[in-house]
Formats: sequence, C-alpha cells, structure tokens
Amino acid sequence: MLKLNHNSLRRIQLHAMRTYPEECCGVLLGKGEGNARIVRSVVELRNQNDANRERRFLVTPEDYRKAEEQAQREGIEILGFYHSHPDHPAAPSQFDLEHALPNWSYVIISVDDGVPRAMTSWSLQHDRSHFEQEKIEAYH
Amino acid sequence: MPTTVLIPTPLRGFTDKKASVVLDGETVGELLEQLASQYSGLRRHLFTDGGELRSFVNVYVNDEDIRSLQKNKTPVREDDVVSIIPAIAGGRF
Repeated sequence: MLKLNHNSLRRIQLHAMRTYPEECCGVLLGKGEGNARIVRSVVELRNQNDANRERRFLVTPEDYRKAEEQAQREGIEILGFYHSHPDHPAAPSQFDLEHALPNWSYVIISVDDGVPRAMTSWSLQHDRSHFEQEKIEAYH
Repeated sequence: MPTTVLIPTPLRGFTDKKASVVLDGETVGELLEQLASQYSGLRRHLFTDGGELRSFVNVYVNDEDIRSLQKNKTPVREDDVVSIIPAIAGGRF
C-alpha cells in the first residue's frame, strides 16, 4: 500500500496539468513501514527525455543522485517515482515494465485533455513478469 | 583486489539490506558478475536474459560512467568506488 498525504497528491496533479501534453515525472520521498510506503513529500523532476516527452520520461543518473542525497539529508528514502500518461489510461506500459525496479512504487496519473484523472500505483514483481497494483490511501 | 560496490535502495532487498558490498575483481564486469553470483536475486534486475547490462542500469567508477570508459572491461583499483545508479524511465506506450 502507498500512503500519500493530500498535499503530495495535489502537487502531482498540478505538475501533470502543467506539463500536459508532455509527461511529467518526480520522486516520492518517505519511509517504509511494514508493507506500506508512506510518502512525506514529492519532488518534481525535469523530464530529461529530449525526443519524445509526449509519451516518454527520463530521470538521469545525475538527477537520481541528487534526489538520493536529498533523501539522505532528510533521513528518509526514495520510495518510488511518479509520472503522467497524457490522454492515456493510468496503467503501466510494457516500456514502464522493462525499466522498473522492484521494491519501489510507481505512481501513474492519467491526464485527459489537460485535466488530471485517475491516479494508480504499481509495484514490480521480483520475477519482473508484471506489475501488481497497490492501493493508494490519502492522509492528512 | 577488494573494491566497494554501492547498491541502490530498491536492490538492497537482495543484498541482505547492505548499502555496499566489497568484492574482488580486476574489472567492472568481474565485480558485477561476482555480485550477481553472490546475490542471485539481483541478476535479473541488472542483466537482460542475454547477459547484457540493462539499458537503464548505469554503472559508475567513482564519478565516471563506464559507458564512457571501457564498459565492462573498465579496470578497477582498490580505492575505487563502483556505484550502480538506475536511470528512471517510462512512458505511456
């Protein structure tokens, strides 16, 4: 399960609206507790895919390192990443699957004609065969 | 010679929660092979079925990407730090 506070949820929605029709991306920071990942904050990242931002996103190793350093400074962890699917369902693609790692949450937000719609979260199975959808619980 | 390899957070579940592992090897390729042999759950996340390093898995020796050095054949020394850093990518189709 992924627990997201309302502020983080809203920030993801606004980020997705702002970058539409291009994909947005960002990192989820927080702590794991048992089977739950509890997001304390989200950090917007620049989509570094130069060629095709309408249907691809990329976080470079440099940006990843900076996010990891920020998490360490704050005594928390990277719990996963979010990205948007403009005019497309909030379900992971084969491309998402091929580029995912286990033990992280992958949040996808669908943006329909500039309006944020469904938000889902997914976790890669250890055998890399598929994503398992996980529940998102909003908290204050 | 012993070289430190840093493990990214999501893969520490396969290395008994260790953030770094000290391994013996002359090249990056040898170190990664050792790592995948010692912690077998890691292999499929680092390498394709054909044994190639996955495109989104970046390996740095200190601050240099091995793709701009000698890739798997990049030599390592005892005081080098090898980091595995994922590039995060995806998209709608």
